[in-house]
Amino acid sequence: MAPQASLHKNTGWRLFWQTVIGRAYPRIIGTQRDLSWLFFDIFFPFMSMIGYVYVYRALKAPNEYIGFVVLGGAMTAFWINILWSMSSQLYWEKETGNLSLYIMAPTSMMAILLGMALGGLFATLVRAVVILAVGSWVFQVTYAVASFWQLFAVFSLTMVALYGMGMMLASLFMLLNREAWHLASLAQEPIFLLSGFYFPINAFNFWLALSASVIPLTLGMDAMRQLVFPSGALLGFLSVSLEITILVGLSLAFLIAAYFMLRKMERLAIREGRLTDRLS
Amino acid sequence: MYAIETNNLHRIYKIKKTKKSPAKTLVALENINLTVNQGELFGLLGPNGAGKTTLIKILTTLLAPNSGTARILGLDVVEQPDAVRQQINMVSGGESSGYGLLTVRENLWMFSQFYGIPSKQANQKIMELLKVVGLEDRANTKSSDLSTGLRQKMNIVRGFMTDPRILFLDEPTLGLDVSASRDVRQFVRRWVDEDSHQRTLLLTTHYMVEADELCDRVAIINQGRILACDTPQALKRSLQRDVIFNLIVSALDESDFNLLKSMPDVHLAVFKQQEGGAMLELALQDDASLSTVIAFLTEKGSRILNLSKREPTLEDVFVSLVGLSMKEVENGTAS
Repeated sequence: MAPQASLHKNTGWRLFWQTVIGRAYPRIIGTQRDLSWLFFDIFFPFMSMIGYVYVYRALKAPNEYIGFVVLGGAMTAFWINILWSMSSQLYWEKETGNLSLYIMAPTSMMAILLGMALGGLFATLVRAVVILAVGSWVFQVTYAVASFWQLFAVFSLTMVALYGMGMMLASLFMLLNREAWHLASLAQEPIFLLSGFYFPINAFNFWLALSASVIPLTLGMDAMRQLVFPSGALLGFLSVSLEITILVGLSLAFLIAAYFMLRKMERLAIREGRLTDRLS
Repeated sequence: MYAIETNNLHRIYKIKKTKKSPAKTLVALENINLTVNQGELFGLLGPNGAGKTTLIKILTTLLAPNSGTARILGLDVVEQPDAVRQQINMVSGGESSGYGLLTVRENLWMFSQFYGIPSKQANQKIMELLKVVGLEDRANTKSSDLSTGLRQKMNIVRGFMTDPRILFLDEPTLGLDVSASRDVRQFVRRWVDEDSHQRTLLLTTHYMVEADELCDRVAIINQGRILACDTPQALKRSLQRDVIFNLIVSALDESDFNLLKSMPDVHLAVFKQQEGGAMLELALQDDASLSTVIAFLTEKGSRILNLSKREPTLEDVFVSLVGLSMKEVENGTAS
């Protein structure tokens, strides 16, 4: 091993994007290498989706409600991803020893989190598309898209706000030990209810629906239902344009909160010695 | 400018109250003053729980001291962590970093991206280092399929591939077999020697041989305090006024050993019961003192089965400073 000229190392934005790509890579490649997701992330959500479809059929609900269930079933993949692969991720990284290596690297932790988010988003998008396609085919769901541009904007903003929230939660969960796992378990089912995964949220009273709108999926799904089903607009909670505006606000709020919370939590963890569990 | 400099570094841990024990405070480091020169291979030698890892965590910006300062190449680890991180890297023994579903090369590439190394250059460097540690044929093996030794070699490459100015190795040969440990030690020594103006290495270990064989200077640390700091030769020389004998005797009980230990000619004594007798390590004032010891053992009915004289080791230095062997300290204080 001959001594070499010192390595060229990028800094600034180049380093930031290299980090994002580097951290996204394991999640993207994981979709191909670990195929257990076909069972756990497709088959299981599909089973609960079938249950709701038969409830609506038994109640002789309009056919569009079947479409709501299929759409909600596809979107559950994102919420599960946020809980288990974003919010809890820094806790798992701490357990495996990766977290200290991330913090010690001369890069931004926001870039690491963004890489996690983009990698997770890609992998989950594949799952969601499979659920949507199979569900639509099996239950003969038809869509009538009112505006592709608005639909694209709603979906994109929902994802930005949702993954921004995941990044913020990741910082919070970093300081928790096993409680992180319990918190994620605790948050899973209630959000399925509150966000209206399988029914329009105007079934709730106004204030409950408004409170549930803090979770970006609530407004995102409500707007998507309005945009892809003919009767969706009649069942909508707020107008699509207002929901888009709120989603823009939520995206900014969560991303900014994630940035400051990450800095604060990192400082706190360094002060209290919580980046690793070993004492000496 | 020193590569590493600490002034009155102090760190405590607050242990939360549990059902079984009340809340307490653990002093991990107490007024640590240390300087490491650029180009030096410096060892921190001490038992488990001595504070070695805590010190490394502070120096690598992962933990804040409660008081005192630490500087890396003149940069304060608390005030300028980003600048410090550009100069360092760390590898810990037994770490399971990276992702099992990625191959060795992919894991290393991922970490190289966090240091801003362009992909092409990173891949080149990775393959070069994998060759040096004898892992090139495993470049495309998933890291979850690697044995502990091979995984540690991958971790070693992770630390070295960024070509840091200062590298921290925390128990790098922990859990490795003899041959893998030897490979790692050879590689470490070569790395520093190849560019000793630019490269500094701080190594923590509780293996005496490792510290003795590898390090330019060694600091002996116990219970958060540095007890001595010098070259291994100088540390051992400080004991050379004593003569060290290893004895295997047929039988000796603990009370007789304590009597032996309190004899004026016996400066240090370590005792270990073993099958068919006991093993004694004695630091005596001079060769002539041996006759007094033999007379004592004969009087106690203990037969000498084996007797050898040896040069002092760092273990003897540790015993002379602490009064106990490193193993005894670990058994008593392991956390």
